[in-house]
Amino acid sequence: MHALEKILAKASGRKKVQAGDIVTVAVDVAGINDLYLQVLQSFTKIGLPKVWDPDKVVFFFDHYAPAPTIKSASNQKEMRDFANSQGIKHVFDINSGVCHQVLVEAGLSLPGKIVVITDSHSTTHGALGAFGTGVGATDQAAILATGQTWMMVPEIISMRIEGEIPKGVSAKDIVLKIVGELGPSVAAYKGVEYLGETVKQLPLAERMVLCNMAVELGAKTAYIQPNQQVLEYLDAYQKDYELFETDPGFKYQAEHVFDVENLKPQVALPHSIDNVVPVEESGKKRIHQAFIGTCTGGRLADIKAAAEILKGKRIADGTRLIIMPASTKVLMEAINKGYLQTLLEAGATFSAPGCGPCLGTHQGILAPGEACITTSSRNFPGRMGSTEAEVYVASPATVAASALKGYLCDPREWME
Amino acid sequence: MDWIIKGTVLKFSDNIDTDQIYPGRYLELTDPKDIARHAMEGVDSSFLKRMKESTILIAGKNFGCGSSREHAVITLLHAGVKAVIAESFARIFFRNAINLGLPVLICPGISQGVEDGSLVEMNLTRGVMSVVESGSEIKMQKIPSNVAEILNKGGLIPYIRASIK
Ligand code: SF4
Repeated sequence: MHALEKILAKASGRKKVQAGDIVTVAVDVAGINDLYLQVLQSFTKIGLPKVWDPDKVVFFFDHYAPAPTIKSASNQKEMRDFANSQGIKHVFDINSGVCHQVLVEAGLSLPGKIVVITDSHSTTHGALGAFGTGVGATDQAAILATGQTWMMVPEIISMRIEGEIPKGVSAKDIVLKIVGELGPSVAAYKGVEYLGETVKQLPLAERMVLCNMAVELGAKTAYIQPNQQVLEYLDAYQKDYELFETDPGFKYQAEHVFDVENLKPQVALPHSIDNVVPVEESGKKRIHQAFIGTCTGGRLADIKAAAEILKGKRIADGTRLIIMPASTKVLMEAINKGYLQTLLEAGATFSAPGCGPCLGTHQGILAPGEACITTSSRNFPGRMGSTEAEVYVASPATVAASALKGYLCDPREWME
Repeated sequence: MDWIIKGTVLKFSDNIDTDQIYPGRYLELTDPKDIARHAMEGVDSSFLKRMKESTILIAGKNFGCGSSREHAVITLLHAGVKAVIAESFARIFFRNAINLGLPVLICPGISQGVEDGSLVEMNLTRGVMSVVESGSEIKMQKIPSNVAEILNKGGLIPYIRASIK
C-alpha cells in the first residue's frame, strides 16, 4: 500500500484499502476558515447541540483579517461566539495568519493524520506526511456532527523530480512547470506524491509549496515522505503521530519525471494557471502591483528572497509592492532578520498576515486594466479583483525582481 | 419511477472555475437569495438574463475547479439551475453539489453532443439524456449508489439527520 492508503486504512479501521474503495474515515483535524459561516448554518440544521470533539475543531480568521466590511465582521463574530459556546480552544483569530501556515506552526498538522479544512489548498499538509484535503461547508458540518466523512480512496500518481535546482529557481518554478506541462486536471480525484532525490533534500517550506499547488493539478491530496528535517521540526511539539511509508513495489497509476537541472524561472500568464512560460520569454509586460504573500508564497524564505533582491534599491515608479507575511510568526521573524526594514525602504507596503488580495476581497484588489504579479497560486479571471485585470503567478524572487523593474522580469540577474 | 429532469441547455467551456461561477468578492454573503444574484458572473454577466425557466448547464472538462467555496453550488441551485452535466468535474465542487442536492452528471463527449439553447430531457435513473428536437440520445455516467442515496434524501443534511435519529 501507499503511505496515503495506509493513513486511510487506519482512519477507517481497515487492514487494507485500495484505489476506488469508498471508506468512512475518522477526521483528526476539522478546520473552518472565516469564509464559511455556512458550516455553522448547516451544522445547526443537522440539529445536534454539540460538535463531536471540540479539541479537533479549529477556527481560522484569515480570509477577512481584519474584517473589511460589516458583513464579514458579523460572520466572524458569529463564528467566535460559536467557538466559545462549544468550548473550542483552537481559535486562530485575525492576529494569526493563513490557515495552512498557522496549522503547521501550531504543530497540529502531523504525519498520518486526516486533516480536512474548508479550503482547497489543504493538500499543503501532505508536506508533513498528513492526508490533507479540502471540503465544502456542508461536508464539514457533517464532520462536526459525526467526526467522520466518506472518501473514495484515490489513485496515486507520482512526480519524480531530478537534478540539482539551479540558482534563482525555487519550488514554485518547479510546480508551475509541472502544472504547465500536465494541465489543471491531470490529478483530478487523485493523490499526488512528489518524490526523487531533489525532493528528498527540499526544506519543509518548499515541500509545502509543491503540495499546496497540487490542487492546481486537480489533486484530492498530496504527499511527500517526511525527511529528517521535517521530523526534527515536529520534535519541538512532542506530539503523538504515526509515520507511514509506502511499500516497496507500490504501483503508481501514472509516473511523471521532471529534470530541473536546466529549469528557468517560470510564470503563469493570464488567465489560467497552466498557461506557463519561462519568465524570460514573457516579454517585459508592464505591471502595476506585485504581491508577496499567501499560503503558497508568504513564508520567511519568500520574504528573504525579496529582501535580498531589493536591498538598497527602490521599486519602480508606478508599481506597488504589497507584502503580507503568511503568519504573525513569519512577520516577527522578518522583523528580527531586518527584512521588513529592507523592504519598507525599497518602497514596499506591508499588510496584516492573512489571505489579503489573494482572492480579491480586500487589501490590494485590482482595477480594470491593471496587471499584478503574485506569489499566490491562482489567476482565474477576477481572482484578485476586476475580471478585466491580469494576474501573473510566479516565484517570490521573480515577483521582487519585477517590482524592481516595473515589468515581468527574470530574477537571476540580481541573485548571486 | 424514473427520475427525469427537463430543461434548456446553457453551455460553457473547459475549466470553468469557482471564481468564475461565484467571484470571491461576494463570499461574505450568506443568504442564498443574495448569493443567487451573482451566478456565473465571472464568466457571463448576462447569465441570469439568459436563464430559462428550467436551465441545465452543460460544461466541458474540470467544471468547478479552484476553491472549495460552497457558494458556487448555492448560487447555481438558488438561481434555478436544475442540473449540471460536464465532461468532468473538479472533486470538491462535485461533492458540494451532491451535498446540497444539485444533480451533477459526468458525461464524456457532452460538449460536442448538444447545442446551446436546445431542449433536453435527462433520465437520471437510466443514465441517458435525449435532445428533444432531434431525438438523439447521449449516455451519461450513472450516479454511484452512495451518492444517489444522498441526492434522494435531498442532500447531506437531511441524510445525516435521518441517520442520527
Ligand atoms: S492565501 Fe489564498 S490560496 Fe491560501 S487559503 Fe488564503 S485565499 Fe486561499
